[in-house]
Amino acid sequence: MSLLPEPEAGQASGCPAGGVRDCRPARESPLPAGTFMRRGDIMTEKVRAAARSAALRAAFPATIPVLTGFACLGIAYGILMDSKGYGPQWSILMSAVGFCGSMQYVAITLLTAAFDPLQAFFLSFMVNARHLFYGLSMLEEYRGAGKLRPFLVYVLCDETFSIVSTEEPPEGVDPTAFRFWVSLLDYLYWVGATALGGLLGGFITFNTAGMDFALTALFVVLFLEQWKKPENRPAGVIGIGATVVSLLVFGPDRLVIPAMVLIAVILLGGRNRLCT
Amino acid sequence: MYLTPVQTLLIILAVAAGAQLTRWLPFLLFSGNRRPPAAVTYLGKALPPAVMGLLVVYCLRNVSLTGSSHGIPEALAIAAVAVLHRWRGNVLLSIAGGTAVYMLLVQLVFA
Repeated sequence: MSLLPEPEAGQASGCPAGGVRDCRPARESPLPAGTFMRRGDIMTEKVRAAARSAALRAAFPATIPVLTGFACLGIAYGILMDSKGYGPQWSILMSAVGFCGSMQYVAITLLTAAFDPLQAFFLSFMVNARHLFYGLSMLEEYRGAGKLRPFLVYVLCDETFSIVSTEEPPEGVDPTAFRFWVSLLDYLYWVGATALGGLLGGFITFNTAGMDFALTALFVVLFLEQWKKPENRPAGVIGIGATVVSLLVFGPDRLVIPAMVLIAVILLGGRNRLCT
Repeated sequence: MYLTPVQTLLIILAVAAGAQLTRWLPFLLFSGNRRPPAAVTYLGKALPPAVMGLLVVYCLRNVSLTGSSHGIPEALAIAAVAVLHRWRGNVLLSIAGGTAVYMLLVQLVFA
């Protein structure tokens, strides 16, 4: 049972362009105005509110690196879309509904070529195929997430997965609530940054070159966090080795799928020896 | 704009559908009381460290060792992240420090 307000599954996709604020779940009590509340209900409501803010307080610091990285990449995305003639309403819609980082950059080429939605669908499936791994890893954790599950799955991106799969919420914080806030904050950062880029992209003069390294640094740190547990080390080495081999063989533009296949094959093949 | 608004909307929906399928497929395959096979449970545990390795290499995929900077800014910045993380063990400090080192290197030294 979750202590949080539940965002509806359709909320993310039904998000109106330009209305980032509207994507947030309602903070009000789920009870309609005038509903008779017994003393016990008021107490539960207080306890719930306290649990909610504790989870948010734990989640926010964990997402600050994502805020930095998404601010750069999201603003850059909004600017780029604008420069191709797709104003903020389109870049925000793509970020809010599509929410798939690197594929959104790839999709710019699809938006500036002959209309081919089927190709867009297959390309998006291929480029995002790594999410299959994230779902497999979070099967158990998200099974118990109840009504929050549709939202958690909808926005399960690289950055959110790295945090929820690596960082444990502090003692006393509901893990589902922690994962919910990490997911929601990351989602809002991306959509918000896209809106900023689309709306005032032309006015940014600060030299932001290299700022997107924050995401590389985030993955390096989370790799090191995984490395702390000796039983994770073989899989970590396999992940780096298989991806480097795949990069050398297939080149930078199509390395992800071969790397995933190679990782899965090696992990499954060495299962008896690697078994944790 | 190269496409009409309706075409643009359809491309956005197609991209979203492709991405969502990758996110939902594992949950659809192993939903309800159908327990995933032992191999899948094992993969679920072994994949996070492997995927972090994949993502690190993926972020660095366009770094050219023969290019003008020979990947030195990336190597130094990652070393800074690792040293900071070993020293203080503070996630935010490690990331901020590494990013600052990288920005200084690409903007001032290897510009």
